[in-house]
Amino acid sequence: MYRAKIRVTLRRSILDPQGKAVEHAIASLGEQSIQSVRIGKYVEMEVNSGSEDEARKATEKVCKKLLANPVMEDYHFEIEKAHNG
Amino acid sequence: MAESTVKFGVVVFPGSNCDHDAYYACKHVLGQEAVFLWHKEADLHDVDVVILPGGFSYGDYLRCGAIARFSPVMKEVVRFAENGGLVLGICNGFQVLLEAGLLPGVLLRNSSLRFVCKNVHVRVENPGTAFSNQCRRGEVLKIPVAHGEGNYFTDPDTLARLQQNDQIVFRYCDPGGNLTESANPNGSLDNIAGIVNERGNVLGMMPHPERVVDPLLRHTDGQKVFLSIIESVVSQLAGTD
Repeated sequence: MYRAKIRVTLRRSILDPQGKAVEHAIASLGEQSIQSVRIGKYVEMEVNSGSEDEARKATEKVCKKLLANPVMEDYHFEIEKAHNG
Repeated sequence: MAESTVKFGVVVFPGSNCDHDAYYACKHVLGQEAVFLWHKEADLHDVDVVILPGGFSYGDYLRCGAIARFSPVMKEVVRFAENGGLVLGICNGFQVLLEAGLLPGVLLRNSSLRFVCKNVHVRVENPGTAFSNQCRRGEVLKIPVAHGEGNYFTDPDTLARLQQNDQIVFRYCDPGGNLTESANPNGSLDNIAGIVNERGNVLGMMPHPERVVDPLLRHTDGQKVFLSIIESVVSQLAGTD
């Protein structure tokens, strides 16, 4: 069993209004050092496959077809061995 | 010409909330036949036209329209569209069409960050489609929008293709028909409010024509979209007789 940890983020060229709103909130907190806030999604899932390579392929497939829309989003993921419990 | 009725199928996803408006518009205002198509059914019941209505299919989980695309009924809708059947996606239905790959591009969060619910004006850019043949080129229609993610975006090549092929059917404009930035409710690229596929049988639009059909509301610009579809289906049927 493997665990896939996936991050889906808006592509750099796409305006992220949610990130902008949070950025403004941070500014009104008085924290001047933080800028360029981007907000994305985090997905974690278990992959029941025989090898890390298979788990990677299965994850790649669902990222491409469902979890991210390539017109506006990029995805990155890591595969790690999952321990029961 | 003999009275003939057109059979509309209105898809119902969990979370659709403009399905009854669309049904009411087709059946009770325009006197056509209408049926609901449940998302789990892989059967379109021989309809002439499929409407993907507005709402929040599957709670807008993941991305608007992303889950709806995988429902059993959508496989049939894709097949129907590939065979040339007329498909109208309104608001969330437009989002579903984009996710399903039946139309190019995406709808991003409104640039204002706000959910926008108001009447807007759209200019008819292409009156030659099955969805706009009852309009004049440049005619201004007043139709409401109600969405948080209606900001049309695509890459420059696709936009150029849409422009060259006359696939942009409706653009946001002011009441005088001018394409201004302030008339654009959501930041859409090129003031795009509605586009059609290359073949001309699939249209997606953010404004809600089904909300402005009943004469009781004294505001019936939305009828033109439905009357165009009816005209198109009826003349097609007449042509094959």
